[in-house]
Amino acid sequence: MSDPLPLMLVGVGAGLLAGLFGVGGGIMFVPALVLFAGLSHLEAEATSLLAVVPVAAVGAWRQHTYGNLRLRPGLLVGVLAIGGSLAGVVIANAVPERGLEYGFAALLVFTAYQLIREEDDEEDTDDADHDG
Amino acid sequence: MPKTLQLAAVGTVAGLFSGVFGVGGGVVIVPLLALALGYPTRVAAATSLAAIAVIAAAAGALHAIYGNTDPVEAAVVGFPAVLGVVAGTALQQHIPIRTLRLGFALLLIIVAITLVV
Repeated sequence: MSDPLPLMLVGVGAGLLAGLFGVGGGIMFVPALVLFAGLSHLEAEATSLLAVVPVAAVGAWRQHTYGNLRLRPGLLVGVLAIGGSLAGVVIANAVPERGLEYGFAALLVFTAYQLIREEDDEEDTDDADHDG
Repeated sequence: MPKTLQLAAVGTVAGLFSGVFGVGGGVVIVPLLALALGYPTRVAAATSLAAIAVIAAAAGALHAIYGNTDPVEAAVVGFPAVLGVVAGTALQQHIPIRTLRLGFALLLIIVAITLVV
């Protein structure tokens, strides 16, 4: 087996990211598994998914204790995303990938702008509630 | 549009994007819940984690059938990450919404850059 220390450090960082922003952590797992464990890209993606399961599940459970989780909507989104991703794989194989990637990158930047721009006064009022 | 249909749309769109681009669902689910459905930022992040657990379990199981997964390396990187997510969710409760949104926006821009280069 490879030297586990770099992978463990990346793991902690990915978990922090997952907890802070509600992502799975795969964005850090995949490159780390290629780099430090010598896995192929496919193996790294597959292994990353396996690692994401307990991270997302424990994160959701912790968020539940903080009163932030809407479980049924989350499960509904998750189940339907499975079907959507199968369709996505079909689309990815049918259209030129490069154009799609530029389009999606632009959409992400636009979304980032929207997130920063939008004022959400309703939320800042409930900041104190979470400690109780 | 009824709430259930909206959530169904979010799930389908998130799945489509992750299927086409190989990005994780959270990058798509969190902004959709926060911007399109008006979820508070922390609630969007929390709910996204539940969805991701389902998606990763299904996709991970499929990969395991094909023999692509390395359970030992998954544990090496995954267990510290579970500690990280416990700390991250705790920390998140004390970070102002604006800072969280700014951080997430930065994350989206990094993902956008990795897609293009």
